[in-house]
Amino acid sequence: MSTHLDRLLALGDDALVAAQRLGQWCTRSPEMEEDVALANIALDQLGAARLLLSYAGELEGAGRDEDALAYLRSDREFRNVLLVELADRDFAVMIAKLLFLAAYQRLRYQRLAAGEDARLAAIAAKAVKESAYHLDHAAMWTARLGDGTDVSHERMQAAVDEVWPYTHELFEDEPDLRLPWLSTVEDVLAGATVRRPADGWAPGGGRDGRHTEQLSYLLAEMQVLHRAHPGARW
Amino acid sequence: MSDGWPLWEVFVRPRRGLSHSHVGSLHAPDAQMALRNARDLYTRRQEGVSIWVVPAAEVVASSPDEKDTFFDPAADKVYRHPTFYEVPEGAAHL
Repeated sequence: MSTHLDRLLALGDDALVAAQRLGQWCTRSPEMEEDVALANIALDQLGAARLLLSYAGELEGAGRDEDALAYLRSDREFRNVLLVELADRDFAVMIAKLLFLAAYQRLRYQRLAAGEDARLAAIAAKAVKESAYHLDHAAMWTARLGDGTDVSHERMQAAVDEVWPYTHELFEDEPDLRLPWLSTVEDVLAGATVRRPADGWAPGGGRDGRHTEQLSYLLAEMQVLHRAHPGARW
Repeated sequence: MSDGWPLWEVFVRPRRGLSHSHVGSLHAPDAQMALRNARDLYTRRQEGVSIWVVPAAEVVASSPDEKDTFFDPAADKVYRHPTFYEVPEGAAHL
């Protein structure tokens, strides 16, 4: 059973790593409008990450602030799920990851917003509206790609198949969230004529700090400036 | 790739009681996505409470060539302006 601090770090790191991945799409989306939409979502995630990690730092009581936690931890100290760190091989993979993450975050934040920790409840109450929008954005794209051309359908299906195994890890702490998550996600996939993959291989370990090498590259890019020039501002 | 997605005109109502105003345009594959793109592009800083999107191709515009026949005849009809009324004392918001 994880502690309250572990849970905060897990939530905060999910959001932070997702933000960094989404930010990498800026100038690389199919259209400028989509650049802005993804950057907006990335900034929502970053905003939640800042609040969660600041709180985690205070709770830890070791004098680490949000920057220390974001920029000065190594990959082994990150508690995010593998799903968010996976490289976005193409646009469909990014959309599939966002769909699965947002559907999960919305349920998670909904529950936390009604929880006993008032500060966390306030953070979650704000984030849940953002998650609903992220879910909407990802669902729209899943439908357009899945039910679009033969090529887009094939690539959306391939993306969902590729990412599906990593969704199991989302429910390690709260397995009862998987049923409502499935009902949301299966509706979206059915509407997009995308086949729901069978459950099988379920990689994990992210919550214990065992990550794919892709996280190391992501962190290197995210942390290099702060490590080279500690406390740099502009 | 901009030639792939059609252009949409965006109208935003800043708050209740005001009317929608044209704020700009954007590219989107369809109406639903246009509405969402408009939300992200034009209401990020709480600029509005309602958005309309209209396919730019559906907007019928007056032609610059017709400017004279369309608008000049109104120039010398001063009686169309409400400048011949006396504003009563104390009517601040007429």
